[in-house]
Amino acid sequence: MTHEELSYNCPSPSTTDSGRISLAHGEGGRLMRRLLSEHILPALADVAPAGDADAAILARLGGQVVFTTDSYVVSPLFFPGGDIGKLAVFGTTNDLAVTGARPLWLSLSLIIEEGFELALLDSVLRSLAASARLTGVSIVTGDTKVVPRGAADGLFINTAGVGVLLEPRWPGPEQLQCGDELLVTGPIGQHGTAVMATREQFDAEPCPTSDCASLVPAVDALRRAEIPVVTLRDATRGGVSAVLREWAASCGRTLAIDEREVPVTPEVRGVCELLGLDPLHVANEGTMVVAVRKGFGAAAVEALSRVPDARQAAIVGQVQERRVSPVVVQRGLGRYLPLDEPLGAQLPRIC
Amino acid sequence: MKYLDEYRDPVAARRLLAEIRSVARRPWTLMEVCGGQTHSLLRHGIDVELEGVVDLIHGPGCPVCVTPLDSIDLARELSLREGVLLASFGDMLRVPGSRGSLLEARADGGRVNAVYCPMDAVALARRNPDLQVVFFAVGFETTTPPTALAVRQAESLGLRNFSLLVAHVRVLPAMETLVESADCRVQGFLAAGHVCTVTGCREYAPFVERYRLPVVVTGFEPVDLLQGILRCVRLLESGRPEVVNCYRRTARDSGNPTAQRLVSDIFEVCDRPWRGLGVIPRGGLKLRAEFQQFDAEVRFGGASVPAIEAEECRSSDVLAGRIKPNACPSFGTTCTPDRPLGAPMVSSEGACAAYYRYAGANNL
Repeated sequence: MTHEELSYNCPSPSTTDSGRISLAHGEGGRLMRRLLSEHILPALADVAPAGDADAAILARLGGQVVFTTDSYVVSPLFFPGGDIGKLAVFGTTNDLAVTGARPLWLSLSLIIEEGFELALLDSVLRSLAASARLTGVSIVTGDTKVVPRGAADGLFINTAGVGVLLEPRWPGPEQLQCGDELLVTGPIGQHGTAVMATREQFDAEPCPTSDCASLVPAVDALRRAEIPVVTLRDATRGGVSAVLREWAASCGRTLAIDEREVPVTPEVRGVCELLGLDPLHVANEGTMVVAVRKGFGAAAVEALSRVPDARQAAIVGQVQERRVSPVVVQRGLGRYLPLDEPLGAQLPRIC
Repeated sequence: MKYLDEYRDPVAARRLLAEIRSVARRPWTLMEVCGGQTHSLLRHGIDVELEGVVDLIHGPGCPVCVTPLDSIDLARELSLREGVLLASFGDMLRVPGSRGSLLEARADGGRVNAVYCPMDAVALARRNPDLQVVFFAVGFETTTPPTALAVRQAESLGLRNFSLLVAHVRVLPAMETLVESADCRVQGFLAAGHVCTVTGCREYAPFVERYRLPVVVTGFEPVDLLQGILRCVRLLESGRPEVVNCYRRTARDSGNPTAQRLVSDIFEVCDRPWRGLGVIPRGGLKLRAEFQQFDAEVRFGGASVPAIEAEECRSSDVLAGRIKPNACPSFGTTCTPDRPLGAPMVSSEGACAAYYRYAGANNL
């Protein structure tokens, strides 16, 4: 749903006539209670069983506890394939999943800018609830703050997540050995290009769509098929390249990938070619890099091919003896070249 | 993807490499003019493939690299001025001036916006009637037409809060300056295909006539570059200094007359200092007198403090093709993309940045 459509979509009964968040909504009085009871709690009803608990008492767990937190400040709040609500659930639960945990509980903190449309908030919360339902996590505690106009950009969300560590554990990137195979679970660079193309109003046709999704089904599929996973990681900020670089540093070997084997959609490739970006550096939100023991790449691809969001999983490279460069990529002409590392945000070329 | 995949075809590229090696009976020294070409050559390892056959000298065709320090310092000063918003291309924001980059100015409270297109700066001016929007206009012949269009648009909208800090440069005068320098080793040029798309290939004819050096208009993909190199080597081997267009899918002899007219309506040729190369006669463009109201230097005055170049930076030698980036003592030590001494280490088209990103192709 676009921003435009939403602004004409009448929200559920508003606490003020304006249909916008005011500073009073964050001040603990009646307006705040109404914001909770008329907007936040109804939207989250089935995924927030404890209501508006300031603190949650949680069940004992049968294994080690995994805990993570992440803040979401995406702009724009709505983009093709997702929105900040969906991101706030999948981003945090994916961090738990790739650490080897089953995600269980989330906290939810909203920091809302004065003047933010309640209809947009409702829409974000609905999307957030649907994503939590899909992942099987409950929102067990939360907080809402309103800051004066200009002190935030619409809406910021923080979610912290708790999960329980599953057995068997993966060895981790330090244990990567020569010959281990590297996979990606789908076409890369979709989230970064979708957000960028929307924010900058490129009017790309077709516009890239974010891959924003839960990685839990893909991780489960690998476990069920008993694939000897060495390590895996969601390729968020910094993209696939950042993951490979970290792993190379951990294991002291060189990770070599073949550019021609890396799945990239035509839309993403189009935007990247136009802006001079390398999809390997562009952020993903539902695609991970997986390292499996030598000889198990094909079985891993087979297992992933049955997961809707990982149907295009592909083997893209392997772990090699250490060369000078920690990560090398085989480009079109067949020569291995060092994979460069972007300094920070990628900027487009200018001529 | 059409127009890309066929120009990245590894089989075609290897065939061209073999052909270049067999045609060249002695080593030749060519200069690729554009920084985009430099990056592509290094990214695909073409320079290494042709070692001992063709020595590729990297030209000054990186617009942010040659933008004078004074202009960057002035842009910085303007961005920090009350009521002024400075807009420019992303790359330009990271180039160090003598008192820091524009991004650092933003951290210091300056108003700095990255834009993808000069028209975005006009839109900023419309949206912010209370701010003076200054577009820092850099670039070669490829970026001047959109800047000219932005001026036209601002004029027709009657915008009084839009102006340009002009640092536009022209590539051909820079080639002339390089060739006339005593230590120039270049035997043939790979001209920038996209510049010729605007200016046309025929403007190189007098240059070839005068200096007796072949100029091959060349694209940016590996197969483009190899075709250009092969053609240039053939011309050299047969002793024929000519202009040849190897980028026919967009470049024409006469270029783009509409864009040329637009540019000459708004701008006129002037002498311009290039960072690292000094003042190049007829090397730049300035606003015509009738568009002075859009000149930020007229509106706000020049920089208050003279610029100081980092002494240990040898970017002038790199830009003139006298040394390869990794021959500079600061390369990769005191000068890295994180802490650049000079512009070529910053830009996505700078030769030093290309070496930093892709060098090591020899010793992976």
